[in-house]
Amino acid sequence: MSGPDATPGGPLLEIADLRVTFATGDGVARAVDGVDLVVEAGETVGLVGESGCGKSVTALAVLRLVEHPGHIAHGSRVRFEGRDLLALADRDIRAVRGNHLALIFQEPATALNPVLTIGSQIAEVIRTHQHGSRAEAKRRALEMLRAVGIPDAERRADGYAHQLSGGMRQRVLIAIALACRPHLVIADEPTTALDVTIQAEILELLDGLQRQMGMAVLLITHNLGLVAERTRRVYVMYAGQIVEEAGTEALFAAPLHPYTQGLMAAVPRLDQLRERLAAIPGQVPPATAWPGGCRFHPRCPFAFDRCNAEMPPLLPSGDGRKARCWLVEDEAYRGTGVPAHRDQQGEGGGAP
Amino acid sequence: MTTPVRPYAGTPVRDLLEVDALTVHFTRRTGLFGSHREIVQAVNGVTLAVGRQETLGLVGESGCGKTTLARAVLRLVDKTSGTARFDGQDLFALAPAELRRMRRRLQIVFQDPYASLNPRMTIGAAIREGLTIHKLAEGAAADRRVRELLEEVGLSADAAHGYPHEFSGGQRQRAGIARALAVEPELLVCDEPVSALDVSVQAQVLNLLMDLQARRGLSYLFISHDLAVVRHVAPRVAVMYLGRIVEEGPAEALYARPRHPYTQALLSAVPVPDPVTQRPRIVLPGDPPSPVNPPPGCPFHPRCQHSAKDQTCMSVRPELEERAPGLRAACHKG
Repeated sequence: MSGPDATPGGPLLEIADLRVTFATGDGVARAVDGVDLVVEAGETVGLVGESGCGKSVTALAVLRLVEHPGHIAHGSRVRFEGRDLLALADRDIRAVRGNHLALIFQEPATALNPVLTIGSQIAEVIRTHQHGSRAEAKRRALEMLRAVGIPDAERRADGYAHQLSGGMRQRVLIAIALACRPHLVIADEPTTALDVTIQAEILELLDGLQRQMGMAVLLITHNLGLVAERTRRVYVMYAGQIVEEAGTEALFAAPLHPYTQGLMAAVPRLDQLRERLAAIPGQVPPATAWPGGCRFHPRCPFAFDRCNAEMPPLLPSGDGRKARCWLVEDEAYRGTGVPAHRDQQGEGGGAP
Repeated sequence: MTTPVRPYAGTPVRDLLEVDALTVHFTRRTGLFGSHREIVQAVNGVTLAVGRQETLGLVGESGCGKTTLARAVLRLVDKTSGTARFDGQDLFALAPAELRRMRRRLQIVFQDPYASLNPRMTIGAAIREGLTIHKLAEGAAADRRVRELLEEVGLSADAAHGYPHEFSGGQRQRAGIARALAVEPELLVCDEPVSALDVSVQAQVLNLLMDLQARRGLSYLFISHDLAVVRHVAPRVAVMYLGRIVEEGPAEALYARPRHPYTQALLSAVPVPDPVTQRPRIVLPGDPPSPVNPPPGCPFHPRCQHSAKDQTCMSVRPELEERAPGLRAACHKG
């Protein structure tokens, strides 16, 4: 087993072929099905998708927090700072969680302990990982509460979670997550439960702290606006798989996967008045019964024979982007987002 | 020649729903054994109107009173003062039998369709219930009507035999809409109807609501925290803060140039799905104050970022005043 920082120069987080299954009454749900994802030090990466696509399970798997009946399949790899997290002993993974790798959850209402004071919850994290004195941990806890903009931090530190508003609770969770100066924060829908003005405040705060501390953020969200605003690179997830990977600007300028295209056309926007939203027909299939071939083909406007028969890999488009779609092989499609004319047996041709 | 027909000169065509200075306060018991009582000023002097076949969007953040306002209009909570009229009739003066008849004309679609669908009742039975209560159809005619309604909202007629838990969120919301439509209402109060749905499904339900409006001539009071959704469905929008309407007007004007500092902040806070054109953001300090203890003067003044904020804002409550054609805002400095 290699020590920490054994591979300087390697990515901070590298997920390879991650598979998570859940045994359910309706059969085995393949919630995460072969996800590859990389986060470099200091960068902000988006993981976007709708409910049930597997994005939250991916986050939990990285921290080894998948609970029974969930199971991380053999062959899955999660390397963080050069260490294989899936191979660590339980005690060692606990030392990683909340220390160099932290998670911010969606639910500020339930993530805090109702019977411990705010201050002691932050101090506990610091003492667990950094072995300082009690007084030192308390001092750091107060410092963190101030850093996340809690007014009157001394008094709040002695208070309890129920005395705080939703926005203030989320600040406390951020304080806990960042208390040990993590190198990577996985933020799973960090502002979804909050009002939009509070959301803006929390995200500005997170941005500022990220710049100060130089940490990387994996932002998991269903909100395309947040992705556009906060990330440099994006992974789009559908039905347990990554279906598109691109730089944020490139993705929004010209989404490559038909699902990403559909998602963008379906969002009502403040900056454009659309007569009619382009809804994606049908719904996400259940994880126990992903369709054969391309998992999006039953809802895809461009699907042809091959999509039904054969699952496409993540195909590179030549400009550093990748999409899990046979049409990526179609030059006309790559240029315009519309497939070239195909005959009925078309195999994504379109080459001149 | 088709000019709108008016009853006779001098009488304006009445709006379908007219809410005038409506105030709803609750008494809440707090403290150990409920020994302490406090008054929640949920809705404070709200005036608004929804025209026939029109959609009024009502926007605000949690706790602003928008849902209480909707519940008062549906007579699900009592008013403290003010009036609400539907088609000219005072909703708060109706006798129980009249109220039952009125409820047929005024229906609600909830955020969580589970709230309107009994989990132990098939979708078909839930839709049929309204037909029976209001004696609109029975027997084979009712069965036929249920099938028609399901198809109208984009479900298959077979859905009548299923239970709510067997359907996805989007399908359940369609069933909830079918149930509301069964009694042929004129006004639908839609309270966050798409907030629980995924983006791709949300678009389906919004399109359905707009199609139904065009086909049936429905009026909507469309309540949402999502400004982009409201912009999409509502030609007229009212913004609520701490129990009061702070700005109201044509959507185009309001979104293009909001006059109230709260509307400005609200709009600037919405993330736009375009990484190239990002806009400046007004970040509001702090949380909205409690409706138990609203601040004196302008209710927004403690968080207001307007450069000209002064003593007047802290002591005198601004009234809604016209700022542009049809656009009113309640701000001393706007």
